Amino acid sequence: MDTAIEKVKAQFPDDIVDSYEFRGDTTLTVTPAKLVDICLFLRDDPDTSFRYLSSISGVDYLPTSPRYAAVYHLYSHQYKKRLALKAFCANDELPALPTVVPVWSTADWHEREAFDLVGIKFIGHPDLRRILTPPECEGYHPLRKDYPQEGF
Amino acid sequence: MNSADLASRTETMLLNLGPQHPSTHGVLRVWLELDGEVIVNADPDIGYLHRGIEKMCENRTYHQCLPLTDRLDYLAGTANNFGFVLAVEKLLGVEVPKRAQYIRVLMAELTRISSHLFWLGTHGHDLGAMTPLFFAFREREQLMDLFEMAWGGRLFPCYFRIGGLAADLPEGFMEKAWEFVKAFPTRVKDYHNLLTKNRIWIARTKDVGVMTKEEAIDWGWSGPMSRGSGVDWDIRRDTPYSSYEDFDFDVPLGVNGDTYDRYLVRMEEMVQSNRICRQVLEKMPEGEVNVNDPQVILPPKDKVYNNIEALINHFLLIEKGITPPKGEVYLAIEAPKGEMGFYIISDGSPQPFRVKVRGPSFINLSPTKKLAKGRLLSDLIALIGTMDIVLADVDR
Repeated sequence: MDTAIEKVKAQFPDDIVDSYEFRGDTTLTVTPAKLVDICLFLRDDPDTSFRYLSSISGVDYLPTSPRYAAVYHLYSHQYKKRLALKAFCANDELPALPTVVPVWSTADWHEREAFDLVGIKFIGHPDLRRILTPPECEGYHPLRKDYPQEGF
Repeated sequence: MNSADLASRTETMLLNLGPQHPSTHGVLRVWLELDGEVIVNADPDIGYLHRGIEKMCENRTYHQCLPLTDRLDYLAGTANNFGFVLAVEKLLGVEVPKRAQYIRVLMAELTRISSHLFWLGTHGHDLGAMTPLFFAFREREQLMDLFEMAWGGRLFPCYFRIGGLAADLPEGFMEKAWEFVKAFPTRVKDYHNLLTKNRIWIARTKDVGVMTKEEAIDWGWSGPMSRGSGVDWDIRRDTPYSSYEDFDFDVPLGVNGDTYDRYLVRMEEMVQSNRICRQVLEKMPEGEVNVNDPQVILPPKDKVYNNIEALINHFLLIEKGITPPKGEVYLAIEAPKGEMGFYIISDGSPQPFRVKVRGPSFINLSPTKKLAKGRLLSDLIALIGTMDIVLADVDR
């Protein structure tokens, strides 16, 4: 998907941190500040047309810093292409990213899951609650790397 | 309070549907706010079956992760295995031999039929039609017998392995599969006779849970759910994997995006899957079913017992596991319920750094609130049935 990457790079020259390809999958790392704008651009531009959000995965990259990232897997029905967008959270203590629910409604549950399991706060999310683990678990995010596998 | 007050008094009622309710297909709980029989608000409460499969994968070798994927959508075990092994193979950069690809397609399509039959039986049963359940389970039992022949169990296959298959097809499998494939189209006619023009069925499913094409894409629906709304998208056709490009099949589409259209789409999908199975059986190539790569696939047992190199190789693969290069891949397949995606990050060690499962049921369930609002309580049962959710896949 060279045209999409070129277009995004031309449109947001200062906000593309990195882009790489591995086994045919293209990943674009973007700054969190412009994440929503880039998503809107990718969705609405006729040459990219990423109207479908497949998934959002929260990732904990402990021990590196920045530690938390969210990866957005997009699909374009028109061009039959996929693209991964990655955004790192600036703050390792209180990881946060802007919400993309206004861009894709399906992001609602994806973001709730990433908030629940990895502890990334999605600012502006309409209903950010735990979804898989019980609501009474305070400060408990099982997919963090410092969360034990057993014996807690 | 006099009788006039009582008559005008309206307040909503809170009701728990589930987590133990026969119509919720597992441990789904829906918080309902009802005004009489009309749903004011519906909030699905999930997570009762959350086992932390993604976390468990981080402490296991890739081979050890495979049985965990069986337990995602347990009605379509091979579909989960399929996505996972293809993702790991993509990470490793290996491609399995043609025969293995064909056998995988055959098993995946038989699984799709079996999963859709389960959906048909339970969906019909939920809405008051008892007979389809018996008809559908009759054919499903035949499929289960076939599965038992191939991998020894009914629900948890673990038959697809990274780099190939656990074993080649057993003797007599092809003949039995042919028997099923030849008989199945007439069976589908039986199901149609029971439901398609049934007035009660139409009344219960028409105009229930309507999603437009745009809404279906916006809400992340995939598979038969989005095709019921007219989204012309099938991963098998649009981005083929495992030799799907060798087979001819049609992608049925709905028009109205309601429960009835999704019913018709799934019915036709079973016929199309059967068509693919027929072609696989006709074209089945001879040859190996495993890649010839000692770093991926276990050596044959007779060599392990008689040859020291093979023994060491076996030992290393079991003790240490395979070590894919550093990188990240996302791979999605067309599971019976929709897009089944695996996002795997490898840091070059024998354990995956992160495995994210993008299960179709989780996403198909998410617009419940939107679809149930303002509808009758009985429509919610039709909705849950048409979403064809498996709670093990929702909660992971």
